[in-house]
Amino acid sequence: MKQLLVFIKKEFYHVFRDRRTLLILFGLPMVQIILFGYALSSEVKNIGIAVQDNAHDIHSQQIISKIQASPYFKMQDPILNYPDVEKRFKEGSIKCAVIFPVHFGEDLYRTGGAQIQVIADASDPNTATILTNYLNTIINDYQQQLNPNIRTPYKIIPEVRLLYNEEQNGSLNFIPGVIALIFMIVSTALTSVSVVREKEMGTMEILLVSPFKPVMVLMAKAIPYLVLSLVNFVIILLLSVYLLDVEIRGSLLLLFGESIIFIITCLSLGLLISNVTNSQQTAMLISMMGMMLPTLLLTGFMFPIENMPWIFRVVSHILPSRYYYDIVKAVMLKGLGFSYVWKETLILLGMAAGLLTLALKKFKIRLS
Amino acid sequence: MKVLSFILRKEFRQIFRDKIILAMMFLMPTIQLIIMPWAANFEVKNINIAYIDHDHSSYSQKLIHKIASSGYFKIAGSPDSYQKGLQMIEHGDADLVLEIPAHFERNLVREKKQKLNLSVDAINGTKSSLGGSYLVSVIGDFNSNLDINIKSPDNTLNAAQANIKVANSNWYNPRAEYKYYMVPGILVLLLTLIGGFITALNIVREKEIGTIEQINVTPIKKWQFILGKLIPFWIVGMTVFTIGLIVMYIIYGIFPEGSLLTLYLFAAVYLIALLGLGLLISTFADTQLQAMFIAFFFMMIFMLMSGFFTNTESMPNWARQISNFTPVTHFIKVVRLIVLKGSGFNEIKTEFFYLIGFAILLNTLAIFNYRKTS
Repeated sequence: MKQLLVFIKKEFYHVFRDRRTLLILFGLPMVQIILFGYALSSEVKNIGIAVQDNAHDIHSQQIISKIQASPYFKMQDPILNYPDVEKRFKEGSIKCAVIFPVHFGEDLYRTGGAQIQVIADASDPNTATILTNYLNTIINDYQQQLNPNIRTPYKIIPEVRLLYNEEQNGSLNFIPGVIALIFMIVSTALTSVSVVREKEMGTMEILLVSPFKPVMVLMAKAIPYLVLSLVNFVIILLLSVYLLDVEIRGSLLLLFGESIIFIITCLSLGLLISNVTNSQQTAMLISMMGMMLPTLLLTGFMFPIENMPWIFRVVSHILPSRYYYDIVKAVMLKGLGFSYVWKETLILLGMAAGLLTLALKKFKIRLS
Repeated sequence: MKVLSFILRKEFRQIFRDKIILAMMFLMPTIQLIIMPWAANFEVKNINIAYIDHDHSSYSQKLIHKIASSGYFKIAGSPDSYQKGLQMIEHGDADLVLEIPAHFERNLVREKKQKLNLSVDAINGTKSSLGGSYLVSVIGDFNSNLDINIKSPDNTLNAAQANIKVANSNWYNPRAEYKYYMVPGILVLLLTLIGGFITALNIVREKEIGTIEQINVTPIKKWQFILGKLIPFWIVGMTVFTIGLIVMYIIYGIFPEGSLLTLYLFAAVYLIALLGLGLLISTFADTQLQAMFIAFFFMMIFMLMSGFFTNTESMPNWARQISNFTPVTHFIKVVRLIVLKGSGFNEIKTEFFYLIGFAILLNTLAIFNYRKTS
């Protein structure tokens, strides 16, 4: 036991001597949380739109000014002719074009029906759908305004309640995902180089002849990083609460416990990677490049997992971050207790145990 | 020139010797490009809805039927109390809970209006907000039909009504397939990962192992050393890009609408900018771990703020400035424009100047900083 303590101390010393790495380790996630917390949102607004008004009558003008007033759109210079529409789409300066025919107002009065053409850049299908819906609502509103005496007499009024996020704080949607992503990548990468670095530097030989058991070596390697990651977690939580107005609804203790389990899982994964690779470069390429996109795409915070083909739903079950993301959402944002996340917790515990065992096994092979 | 060709030969040999690195450089992006777009699907469907029907009337049944058949929703269950409905949301089994109050039909006919309670799990960003608005529009639709159902259908008022018809047309991706939008974006991200990271790692590795000292004492000039590092990775990057385009065509049937030449021109300049970034990172870092973390930091910002997922236009102003200052933003935009819409050089030349600017800026900074540290 005493030996282990000495060893851990040595590793700590090793980590803390490297000021630059520490700065990067704490500084970067802070910047990321702030940046993403403020900048990211799934809202669609300020999208470039341009109008070709061939009618120049009061109705077209009124509709145009309604579009102008909407926060969703940002009016660009009017379109000159039809090829101009294409040119503007190809420049990427607009994503939507509205064209009023020559006799728009007249048609509206004489025949009671007039047409507006709406062209959307559907290369980005979701934005196109949302924009088209916005425009339709604006035009419908105007139509209602024109026909004030006609009201639907029977009405079902849906009263929408936004659970857990009444103020529609955009960072709430992204914070749990960003936390899971940062820990998944940072913790894994940290330990992924720990053993392989010794191999590369040749100090592994010294470890081999020392009386330390492999378990001890691995523990001593992982514990300083566990402490660092937890400090990081506290910083991120403080930033989320005090800067981004994310309210922590559930038990802080539970959140901490779950985070420790998740971090241990990631550290174990890193150790495993470290034990099976033989250069730092390879270890990092696997832990960062190999995992970044899958973690980003399959954790569920960017794209709904239910929509994916079955194979991805299966793969997403192997990712520890998926479970942690669910846990953070449930505990931190919804304020749910352990009884809601015990399944995820068990899975994470199982993963941690499995990965550690595997890492240890691979480590032993190296020793012999 | 002769010295440079020697260095190049050495670098290439080094790259091709390490089979794992080689696989990471060529196979990993290829595999990810084949797989990832299937997962990157923003399309919102199968929204799980639970309903509590306290009324059990023909209207409430009709409404539920209408919701179920709208194509957006999947009925997750019909619990008998709001409490149980809320539990379904807490467990993640439902995204929305609709509560139809008792006397729904009676009140509707008598008082001409009736409220419905709709609770949305607002943490699931896109899904729930789209789900909520879909549901509101389904109910709106139901409303207008109600009018006809309850009142006599001989409602002739409509004739005098001013009607505006909206003719919607969707260009460039009329079937609204999300992967057309995602595949070019993912290709750019993969290229960025390869280009930026590997250069950074490679040079820092020489620092860490100490071989850079050896190079420093040889008569090799700095520019020869740097070019010796950049050229092989530039070639690797262009090869990865080409493989990516082939994968895009074979797997997804996407062939660039615009000119391949323009596309390659942008890719060439973009890669130079990216390698400059890698070089710059390597001048700041002393260990590979540091290099990796710095690279990771930039990659996260690149990915999340480049407009790959969200619209850059929707960001707050300051964030848009940051986004504008990342090369990836411009390259993603360009690749999507050329590939999907067939934009020509003239239409996107602003982006070209941005990229050239980044290439010059990043490489100058890197070379400047490089001299200082050694």
